[in-house]
Amino acid sequence: MNAHSPRILTEAETALIDAVARSSFDGDTQVRKAAVDIIEKSGLPTRRVEYFHYTDLRALLKGDFQPAERVSENVARDAGKPYPRLVSDACVLHFRDGHYHDFGEELPDGVTVKAGLPDAPKGDTLEDATSLVNTAVAIGGVSLTIADNTEVDRVVGLAHAQTGVATTASGTRLAIEAGAGSTATLIERACGPDGNGYLNSSDVDITIGEGAVLTYVLSIEEGDAASRLGRISVDLAKDARINLFILNAGGKLVRQELVFDCRGEGGHVEIAGINLVGDESHIDVTSTITHHVPNTTANELFRNVCTGRGRGVFQGRINVAQPAQLTDAQMACNTLLLSDNCDFSAKPELEIFADDVQCAHGATVTDLEESYLFYLMARGIPEARARRLLIKAFVAEAFEPMEDEGLEQALEARIDDWLDSNV
Amino acid sequence: MLEIKNLHVRIAEDETEIIRGLNLTVKAGEVAAIMGPNGSGKSTLSYVLSGKEDYEVTEGSITYNGENLLEMDVAERAAAGVFLAFQYPVEIPGVPTMTFLKEAMNAQRKQRGEDELTTPDFIKRVRAAAKDLHIDFDMLKRPVNVGFSGGEKKRAEILQMGLLEPNLCVLDETDSGLDIDALKIVSDGVNHLRDPNRAVIVITHYQRLLDHIVPDTVHVLSKGKIVKSGDKDLALELEEKGYADIIAAAA
Repeated sequence: MNAHSPRILTEAETALIDAVARSSFDGDTQVRKAAVDIIEKSGLPTRRVEYFHYTDLRALLKGDFQPAERVSENVARDAGKPYPRLVSDACVLHFRDGHYHDFGEELPDGVTVKAGLPDAPKGDTLEDATSLVNTAVAIGGVSLTIADNTEVDRVVGLAHAQTGVATTASGTRLAIEAGAGSTATLIERACGPDGNGYLNSSDVDITIGEGAVLTYVLSIEEGDAASRLGRISVDLAKDARINLFILNAGGKLVRQELVFDCRGEGGHVEIAGINLVGDESHIDVTSTITHHVPNTTANELFRNVCTGRGRGVFQGRINVAQPAQLTDAQMACNTLLLSDNCDFSAKPELEIFADDVQCAHGATVTDLEESYLFYLMARGIPEARARRLLIKAFVAEAFEPMEDEGLEQALEARIDDWLDSNV
Repeated sequence: MLEIKNLHVRIAEDETEIIRGLNLTVKAGEVAAIMGPNGSGKSTLSYVLSGKEDYEVTEGSITYNGENLLEMDVAERAAAGVFLAFQYPVEIPGVPTMTFLKEAMNAQRKQRGEDELTTPDFIKRVRAAAKDLHIDFDMLKRPVNVGFSGGEKKRAEILQMGLLEPNLCVLDETDSGLDIDALKIVSDGVNHLRDPNRAVIVITHYQRLLDHIVPDTVHVLSKGKIVKSGDKDLALELEEKGYADIIAAAA
């Protein structure tokens, strides 16, 4: 095969390009066109692009996507009904097929929201494919600001739901700024109906000010035929902290990128993730933490369960720049493989230029522990039930540091739902 | 209640024969002690009764209340009332003890066609049983056996036994790792469960436990079979003379 022969676009690539061309969106069309040009010229990344080594986007992303029309408020409200909110007194901002819908929920004190698409994420090579796709298809967005020194007393929810009226390619873009000294909890949730092969693209750009603490929960519950390309980028100032909890419990193809930059001393990144990889699904979480300055810390834990023919991926990269002495970064990725036909790829990467740092990574892959199973069954708990208890215990441990018990229970209920249909 | 006939058992993995023609009958209401030196097959017997997969029965039968015990899986045996108090209780991270107890109690109730326990009723039962065994209720909020001391683990086993109300209790070296006070508490817990409808098999190295849990019968196990049976005085004789004489006499 001649490497210079003209590429033939896949159905999904053509659909993405057309979806933009035919879109009625009236935003920054120049930036969109530039992103689309790169996709048209180079195609979506294959395994040859290292960042996508385990997720061949060109082969995996399928669909004859349509542009997403804005639905009426009634349809938008109905589309959210199958997914009752995780926290009863939260203020929720709603997104439907990429469009932002303001249902007039009262914001907590200290939080302001400006509707409108934030600037597109940077991207000019195939490594940036997730950002390029977002640039091409994102429709709605908000800029959310938390005032300095505010302790936000209610959870703010960001609820994405797909209406399923068409097989759409759409996306959202969120810019979140946590002011210095502020404390807040945000829950982002992406849901959609089963059996619809939509594409949801999500870009979240978070800036955490000096001494601020942001707890961010991302619950991915896309429909069983859906594709999702997501990216969260977090910039941390001096003494800033992010607690990121991520649950993957849906979607046929999920690529979720997490990018953290510790730019001020004393910054801390805490990540706890649960990836539930069901039959025929491909779930990829790729995280990059960069320590730019001295005295920053990170702790990352993923617990994964694979069943059926599911394929899971975790790429965890830690970069320590030359000035970043006394960095302490820990990373662990533990996986349960429950069938002979599933697989999980874990790739930890450390790139360290400073000489006085502590960095550790560990990855394990196991089946359920027989001695645990025997003990539970020896007390009369039937095998299927005992297995389920152990699987849940294995993953739920990752969310134990969550201080909100109600929220933890709500997420455990999502895990139960997944176990009901997959184990 | 339990009748073991000509039982032969080997380790499935390497086919080493451990039990070689064991015969044992235990009646309802009886407390039977099984004593024997290291490697005589005591723990293997307890695992075979509870149905652990690592062991393979090559010959013989185990009849429990008229049913073929060997045809039942681990959970079915437990639900039918066979309880093994583990020599080394397993630590299970992530599974809260209370969740585990409730699952176990309800699984067995379901098997018997009874309604599930309500949460208040369940907690009331656990509190009462924990108090009798001097178990701090807060300990039960922790994951199963995780961070428990040796004595706490053994007490937790007896707590489970009390809550599950089995018909046949098998205590596998429950005295190992216990100090004198804990031994007394655990023994009281077991004695409390003595009942005309319940049988108890006490597996132990030492006579000491049998001062507290006085057996009706004592059986000496050596090289995979019972070589001598008697009443509680046999245990005293063993304590005095050691195993060597009796085993030599039987050989």
